[in-house]
Amino acid sequence: MQPLSNIDSLLHFSPEILLVIFAAAVIILDLIVKDDESVAVAYLSLVGLGCVCAAVLIIHFSFRNPVSLFEGMIRLDEFSTFFKILLLFATAATILFSLRSEELDERLKGEYYALLLAITLGMFLMASATNLLMIFIALETVSLTSYILAGFLTHSPRSSEAAFKYITYGAVASGTMLFGLSLLFGMAGTGDLTQIGGQLTEHLASGAVAPLAVLIAITFVLAGVGYKIASVPFHMWSPDVYEGAPIPITAFLSVASKSAGFALFIRFFYTGFGATGLMEAVDWPLMLAIVSALTMTVGNLAALPQQNVKRLLAYSSIAHGGYLLMGGVLLTSEGIEAILFYLIVYLFMNLGAFYVVVLVANEMGSETIEGYRGLGSRAPLIAIAMVIFLASLTGIPPFAGFFGKWLLFTAVLEQGYYWLAFVGLLNSVVSLYYYARIFKAMYFEDADEETDRVAFSTGTFALLSVFVIPTIFIGFLNIFYTFSNVSVSVLPMQ
Amino acid sequence: MLLSLMIFIPLLGMIAVLLLPRESEELIKRVTLIFTLIPLALAVVLFISYDRSTAGTQYVVNVPWIDAFNIQYHIGIDGLSVTLLLLTALLGPICVIASWRNIEKGIKAYMALFLLLETGMLGFFAALDLFLFYVFFELTLLPMYFLIGIWGGPRREYAAIKFFLYTLFGSVLMLVAMIAVYLNSNIVNGVAEGLRTFDIPTLIALASTEGHALANLDFQIWVFLGFFIGFAVKVPIFPFHTWLPDAHVEAPTAISVILAGILLKMGTYGLVRVNMAMFPLGLDHFTNGIGFWGNSLALLGFINIVYGSFCALAQTDFKKLVAYSSIGHMGFVILGLAARNDTGITGAILQMFNHGVISAMLFLLVGVLYDRAHHREINGFGGLGTRMPVYTGITTLAFMASLGLPGLSGFVGEALSLLGAYSEFKWLTILSTIGIVVGAAYFLWTLQRVFLGNLNPKYEDLPEINGREILTLVPLAILTILLGVWPNLAIDMFRESVTNLVNVLQAI
Repeated sequence: MQPLSNIDSLLHFSPEILLVIFAAAVIILDLIVKDDESVAVAYLSLVGLGCVCAAVLIIHFSFRNPVSLFEGMIRLDEFSTFFKILLLFATAATILFSLRSEELDERLKGEYYALLLAITLGMFLMASATNLLMIFIALETVSLTSYILAGFLTHSPRSSEAAFKYITYGAVASGTMLFGLSLLFGMAGTGDLTQIGGQLTEHLASGAVAPLAVLIAITFVLAGVGYKIASVPFHMWSPDVYEGAPIPITAFLSVASKSAGFALFIRFFYTGFGATGLMEAVDWPLMLAIVSALTMTVGNLAALPQQNVKRLLAYSSIAHGGYLLMGGVLLTSEGIEAILFYLIVYLFMNLGAFYVVVLVANEMGSETIEGYRGLGSRAPLIAIAMVIFLASLTGIPPFAGFFGKWLLFTAVLEQGYYWLAFVGLLNSVVSLYYYARIFKAMYFEDADEETDRVAFSTGTFALLSVFVIPTIFIGFLNIFYTFSNVSVSVLPMQ
Repeated sequence: MLLSLMIFIPLLGMIAVLLLPRESEELIKRVTLIFTLIPLALAVVLFISYDRSTAGTQYVVNVPWIDAFNIQYHIGIDGLSVTLLLLTALLGPICVIASWRNIEKGIKAYMALFLLLETGMLGFFAALDLFLFYVFFELTLLPMYFLIGIWGGPRREYAAIKFFLYTLFGSVLMLVAMIAVYLNSNIVNGVAEGLRTFDIPTLIALASTEGHALANLDFQIWVFLGFFIGFAVKVPIFPFHTWLPDAHVEAPTAISVILAGILLKMGTYGLVRVNMAMFPLGLDHFTNGIGFWGNSLALLGFINIVYGSFCALAQTDFKKLVAYSSIGHMGFVILGLAARNDTGITGAILQMFNHGVISAMLFLLVGVLYDRAHHREINGFGGLGTRMPVYTGITTLAFMASLGLPGLSGFVGEALSLLGAYSEFKWLTILSTIGIVVGAAYFLWTLQRVFLGNLNPKYEDLPEINGREILTLVPLAILTILLGVWPNLAIDMFRESVTNLVNVLQAI
């Protein structure tokens, strides 16, 4: 397949171009409208996302075959389309959350939405980059934008602290990753992911390259990717950042940023290093398995004593990164398929849980577990929704989270990594304990003072049902399995 | 169709209840009652129209569900499941009536969760696809957790989470075993052939096919253990039993009834349906093998019987006593199953049904007393026989049935289990009869402390059991007597299925 030239690529690149146009338009509109009408800016960005989504779909259906764009810098295929749609949904949800979140009220300015559109652009590139250089640029676009978004509550010291920690960790991780990328480039003599694996296998066989050097380079790259998906030992930033950042941004980071990180992870390892010869020379599947086991265990154990729901969900999100990594350990197509399916499910259940956190923070003014006391009788529907999200996160049937975990564990067991499956399953049991603390607060305890039932608008319930219904039904429907299956089958593997 | 209807009508009921306004409590209760009576009627129809002369599954529905993994919505009934379906459907309306007056808050949520629970239980007993089976098995967890945690006693939060964590722990081990079975379901002589499957009848056939990966002894031993622990938590089998006394004591009356009557049976039903039928080699290893392992299952049954009975003897809380007696009685089921012969398995299955009926009665009776006196301290009563003669009469009947008095249903199941086990495990069976003696001791002693002697002056005005409460007890009492004198009514249902199972087990 011949990569398209720069000019020919532009048409295929129209979703990304549209994102840039709308980001600029949002800033301009913000200058025009009055302060109290800034909602219009939000709607414009939603319209923008809609247009981008339409563009993605039109391009997907008009040019079915995978194509390489910009002389092999990025690749357009079902896999990237899958992630683009996922990311667009997450961004749209984040904008809607932001509209309803009271902590953001004052600062809902154009640049907030422009930044969200910009970060989406970066994630699009992360999902489609096939060149080491492009990978780094995409990652940096996303990172730099998220630093600003995490520190968006300028009046809150916690938010600034979050941004500062995020930058410090991010800088180190990016630097390490860049070093790893340069090592790879030096050893393989090419930056093209589709060729790197073959070149390295050749050089390893001829003895020109030491296996240890490849392992070191991969480990360094993993630092950058691991930082994005918050895997141990690069997870330390995430609880503080998740706690300090505005809730919609926390939701966004925990879902979109993680998904994009996995897109990059899969593309990088599956396309670049899926070659079996390479796997025999360098035992990095074991390394990934250990990272995965540690990530879920650390995430779950650290979540146990948390009192702040946001922080609790942050740790739970680390743990989910660990579950997701399980599917990637041996880079089989079943495993990748499981990751993609789980990401769909995770998108709905985790965003849903964060939406409830936004609503509770608005109404009760609290992010702690105590703030959820008596929610079962004060806001029954919200509480039921939360139960569904958390039960799904635990992996209890009939909710979608169970089907996702089932796919992941099947993929792991199929490869004979029994110990990893056991660690994962025991972690599910542990996770029940801290999710159940929220159940307990909502249903088994009464609120401190007598409070009336809280009324929510129809819009709130409508948005909530956008997350509840998929969380209940995704597992029952064939189409989502096919969707993730098709997205994997197009990935080239050497 | 009939079967699907039966499973999902309670779910429809749940939706109906959720749509009703929370203020109209009477209406909610009536609607729930109707939606539990329909499955009962259907269960009776199934029970009567079930063809007793064959061992095959009947009323089969088999439609594809998740094509990508060859998962089917496959349900059907055989003699064992139809018996337990009837029990489940019968306890449904009884529990609704038992909850009529003594659930004070959130009746709407209570009834909705109860109906969801019923769908889970009915579906579990009818499922013939392993995946579906697991989904229904787990479907009971969440409602049970909330039913104990919201409407339970003082230590309800502890009891609820303990129940949830224990069961989930067992379930995940079961999940591993289930996935392992699925992954090996198309491997013959080391070569993958055709599609993988979750279909239980297919898997049962494959597990005794020469050269099939499922028929490998080591494989069967491991997956047997995985499933076994999952079900053992539910039964509960020592040492996984510690959640049960807590959950029972804290749960509201009707939920205790469901716990003892149905949820424990889910464990033993799973043992028969999966562990015994699907892994005969694994079963052979634990019941007929050499040395310690060959006696292990019977030993667990023995421990359950004796340990449960002695624990019950030591209790002064009425409900805890009944809870521990449940552990003891489930031991007979395990012992009977471990025998692997016609008599033992028949006894075990009969004991499942009978224990469901008798323990339901016992918990309802404890509830009646608790609603009046607001405590369950056995030593705090005395002489109630004069104040509440009807209540005393029914309680005596339930006690006698539970301690195994000939003529009542409890005797038949236990006697057959022991008889079957005697030919296989002579000494363990002889020692197990200690449990019966101790059982008689604690029930008679309780009878004496609560109903005989001098009337505690505090309870001079204790009202007699009322019509609604009698209504919940009468059907169960009739069954107890009926099955005591005419056990073939139930045994005929599953005779062929048992013969079939025994043939497979003995063929090894």
